Amino acid sequence: MHGRLKVKTSEEQAEAKRLEREQKLKLYQSATQTVFQKRQAGELDESVLELTSQILGANPDFATLWNCRREVLQRLEAQKSPEELAALVKTELGFLESCLRVNPKSYGTWHHRCWLLGRLPEPNWARELELCARFLEVDERNFHCWDYRRFVAAQAAVPPAEELAFTDSLITRNFSNYSSWHYRSCLLPQLHPQPDSGPQGRLPEDVLLKELELVQNAFFTDPNDQSAWFYHRWLLGRADPQDALRCLHVSRDEACLTVSFSRPVLVGPRTETLLLMVDESPLAVEWRTPDGRNWPGHVWLCDLPATSLNDQLPHHTFRVIWTAGDAQKECVLLKGHQEGWCRDSATDEQLFRCELSVEKSTVLQSELESCKELQELEPENKWCLLTIILLMRALDPLLYEKETLQYFQTLKAVDPMRAAYLDDLRSKFLLENSLLKMEYAEVRVLHLGHKDLTVLCHLEQLLLVTHLDLSHNRLRALPPALAALRCLEVLQANDNAIESLDGVTNLPRLQELSLCNNRLQQRMVLQPLASCPRLVLLNLQGNPLCQAVGTSEYLAELLPLVNSILV
Amino acid sequence: MADSLPTEFDVVIIGTGLPESILAAACSRSGQRVLHLDSRSYYGGNWASFSFSGLLSWLKEHQQNGDNAEESTASWQGLVHETEEAIALRKKDETIEHIEVFCYASQDMDDNIEEISALQKNPSAVTSKPLDSVCLSEETNSLHVTSSETHAKDTPKSDEEISLEVTDVEDILAEEKCCGDKTCINTASGGDKDENKPIEEDNTDQPKRNRITYSQIVKEGRRFNIDLVSKLLYSQGLLIDLLIKSNVSRYAEFKNVTRILAFREGKVEQVPCSRADVFNSKELTMVEKRILMKFLTFCLDYEQHPDQYQAFVHCSFSDYLKTKKLTPNLQHFVLHSIAMTESSCTTIDGLKATKNFLRCLGRFGNTPFLFPLYGQGEIPQCFCRMCAVFGGIYCLRHKVQCLIVDKESGRCKAIIDHLDQRINAKYFIVEDSYLSEETCSNVQYKQISRAVLITDQSILKKADSDQQISILIVPPMESGTCAVRVTELCSSTMTCMKDTYLVHLTCSSSKTAREDLESVVKKLFTPYTETEIDKEELTKPRLLWALYFNMRDSSGISRSSYNGLPSNVYVCSGPDCGLGNEHAVKQAETLFQEIFPNEDFCPPPPNPEDIIFDGDDKQPEALGTNNIIMAKPDSSEENKNPESPENHLQN
Repeated sequence: MHGRLKVKTSEEQAEAKRLEREQKLKLYQSATQTVFQKRQAGELDESVLELTSQILGANPDFATLWNCRREVLQRLEAQKSPEELAALVKTELGFLESCLRVNPKSYGTWHHRCWLLGRLPEPNWARELELCARFLEVDERNFHCWDYRRFVAAQAAVPPAEELAFTDSLITRNFSNYSSWHYRSCLLPQLHPQPDSGPQGRLPEDVLLKELELVQNAFFTDPNDQSAWFYHRWLLGRADPQDALRCLHVSRDEACLTVSFSRPVLVGPRTETLLLMVDESPLAVEWRTPDGRNWPGHVWLCDLPATSLNDQLPHHTFRVIWTAGDAQKECVLLKGHQEGWCRDSATDEQLFRCELSVEKSTVLQSELESCKELQELEPENKWCLLTIILLMRALDPLLYEKETLQYFQTLKAVDPMRAAYLDDLRSKFLLENSLLKMEYAEVRVLHLGHKDLTVLCHLEQLLLVTHLDLSHNRLRALPPALAALRCLEVLQANDNAIESLDGVTNLPRLQELSLCNNRLQQRMVLQPLASCPRLVLLNLQGNPLCQAVGTSEYLAELLPLVNSILV
Repeated sequence: MADSLPTEFDVVIIGTGLPESILAAACSRSGQRVLHLDSRSYYGGNWASFSFSGLLSWLKEHQQNGDNAEESTASWQGLVHETEEAIALRKKDETIEHIEVFCYASQDMDDNIEEISALQKNPSAVTSKPLDSVCLSEETNSLHVTSSETHAKDTPKSDEEISLEVTDVEDILAEEKCCGDKTCINTASGGDKDENKPIEEDNTDQPKRNRITYSQIVKEGRRFNIDLVSKLLYSQGLLIDLLIKSNVSRYAEFKNVTRILAFREGKVEQVPCSRADVFNSKELTMVEKRILMKFLTFCLDYEQHPDQYQAFVHCSFSDYLKTKKLTPNLQHFVLHSIAMTESSCTTIDGLKATKNFLRCLGRFGNTPFLFPLYGQGEIPQCFCRMCAVFGGIYCLRHKVQCLIVDKESGRCKAIIDHLDQRINAKYFIVEDSYLSEETCSNVQYKQISRAVLITDQSILKKADSDQQISILIVPPMESGTCAVRVTELCSSTMTCMKDTYLVHLTCSSSKTAREDLESVVKKLFTPYTETEIDKEELTKPRLLWALYFNMRDSSGISRSSYNGLPSNVYVCSGPDCGLGNEHAVKQAETLFQEIFPNEDFCPPPPNPEDIIFDGDDKQPEALGTNNIIMAKPDSSEENKNPESPENHLQN
């Protein structure tokens, strides 16, 4: 009785497998070929459906074949009776499901299902929701399926509350689920619409507090799971700022009007339109960016005709209307004044409350406390450290400045892979702080020396600055955006690692430029300086290019008007 | 039929408990001719599960211990040759002691007041009296149930000899399961006033307390599958690995234990042990969540961080936990519910136990344990079935009178069964309880204290679902006693009737089962009474029925303590007190390797498509005896179960 069971040897098995695979390949290739031939010949009939389903059934990621199928179905739609079509659709849905079982993350299959459902006169959405639930049961992070679910829910007008409950149930099972958290961030604002005046996309406080508790549970349970931190950041985030004109500056000398926007824009005939009203009558002008490249940017300017600046009137008013942004701003140039401006104050508008800003600072305060508590337990958790920094920024950037810098230090130590990013972030925050201090002091001088800055940002906010000190930092460039500093007279950038000067372009009032002990090597990089008409003092001592022969001659030729060049 | 049993085998196995059954499967799988015997009428020995009436009969049998010890050694003496000697086996099972039964459920049949006063006894007055009479009277009242019960569940087991033809068994077993439902519907249509919904139905919307009478329990007795030993399967444990590896898992279905409970400060609470539990817990503070997760994560690879525990290796685990910033409730959770150790256990052992628990999380669900549907008794039967598939022969109710030893070689060569038939074999595997007093005279047995309760509510009610499978460790009340393990099964485990819970209590004995366990029972439950009692008591689940008994624990006994056993007689122990089945599997594997050092232990069965059916093969000799139809590893069976073994292990 025991000799009866015989089992194939492994060689036999391997040989059988090989033959089987060869056979499969042959079938696959011939079927593919036939489909393409038929498609070329325009024979889009049921046989193509049959052939493609053989191939797609085994490999649902063959996108071209899905296209083929769509062509066939479209043609059949015109030819078949409603009953026949219904049967066709039913098979197609069944087939799609079997393909999803082969590969639940096939782009082509999900897309085809969307397409098909979109064409049906009476799609059965309940069935589709059920399908999604089943696939998410198997893999709760299948974002293809999540995508499809959002499509279905939108089409079937599923109440957001139901969908929210669904995300609840999946988060309960495993909170490490980006899709589920993300879906919440879409559903909650729908469920709790804000009154018109309120910031759009934000939540009322009671809802917010509940969500914060939920997400805190997640990051206290597993602080290394990013999905919860991302959601946390969204919860504390502020709505996109309203479009606005931040600053308007008019200069008599340069006969020039400069505008700074709340977001980068591209002004031109076929893009954003700006209307300029001078003394309440429209004036056609040509807009350009300070660096002359006319790329999307925060700052745009235009030349003014002499008539708009003459001294006949006690003052001139300049009003800029940004039609798309639904915003406008006005400034006045008084008789006898060289310049006039109007701007939003960074302090009033809390421009720099980075991404985190909830209406109630008590919420932020208590979030900060729990994060600090977590940080004590998990001193090396980067997400916690970063969130603490962001919360401190949101609460009071100046008060927490010192503490923030300490956290940056810890954060850099525990997350050396992102040291450069952190340096840049830190630079940004320091610059914001300096800007705030400058405004409180009501001066146009900005000291940014000895701050270990690696990058310059918010330069569009510095439109009115006349003196800028960037010495003793780790800057590697003076970026093109620096050209926005239309009032800059003195720029000190000694003891950095500057290699390029792209931003020192078209600065109409720049008189002194000091660039000692940097890394300027090529003469070519000095080229932009020629575009600064009032430059009289240039200090290049301690740069590699000073060693090169002929530098002085080159400079004399390039900058004939600069009377003092130190090399 | 029995006299036509073949007389030549490779291995004779006596006893159908878990280790014997695994061994039977392993031997048969590796091509040995196996005869597997049990003197009882059911599979599993002390590993068995019973319907309610089955349990009552089992109780009756064991309560009659001591009588009719007829000493008729006569008949087989003549079969022993001069060159041989006999080692007699035990005639009566003596592994169960101190049985006490209490019935609290009302025993009126038709709301007849007079009946109540006549039959119902004030539970407090009865507590110390084993209710033999009640059992008996109820037994007669419910004869029709018992008979239908026999039809539904016991038929395949109770045949004198079962000659297994695989496909048939498949059918019988499949039928058996449907039968459960069918008979249920039948009884309902058969004029019963009670509504008898199929048990699978969800009964979540039942906030009110149902009144369940003893007669209902008896009537629905077939719904019960009451385990004699209460065990769970660690989802990364040896038994699960073996079930999957050998493909025996296809014969069983499992449910994940749904929650781990703790008993602290007089209250039952849920222990958050998985990541999802901790996240969802409403009881823990944020900081506690972090501390607990941090500690558990550390335990998962504690060996990598010796600096964190090296200084405490000589301390107890509980002292070590105190140094880890864990709050008292967390310490309790880790010590008793996760590591499940005694307070005195060492740091290393505690860490090891914690790691083992955590390792098992998430394989099949949010707790580390699985419970077999229809009870623990299914598992030995699954292995028996595997043995039968590969040609093993099964006889229940088949007593073995003695082992025959060849004087010269000192080896056992045969057994003589109760029909005085002599059956020869090369190896003999005997479960400990079959060995005679002489053989065991030097053996010191431990005892297990067990209680089985039928209750009307869960010990921790939850709004979302009453279908929970819970395990709870109650730490020792006073020093010197043992922690008590409580397993609560809901009706969807197919071990108890709708609206009841089956609760198992287990600890290693220091006194009788009732003395060991009653205090815990009193803390968690309140006896069922018809009259109203104070509100606090009402929140506790009510006891409908309770059973206490002690079971012999032969697990720790070394082979050398048995007197005069030939070297080719191997001994398997009965159930141990532990939660998992590791001891049984380890024992089976060790014995198998000892007997067949060069054979693979329960290798996966061959892929059906790789089997070559060779019709012209010479017919095996066993076919000559017509009662045994050969077991074909038939591919039709594969077709019935196309899923992989893991799919069978349902969450």
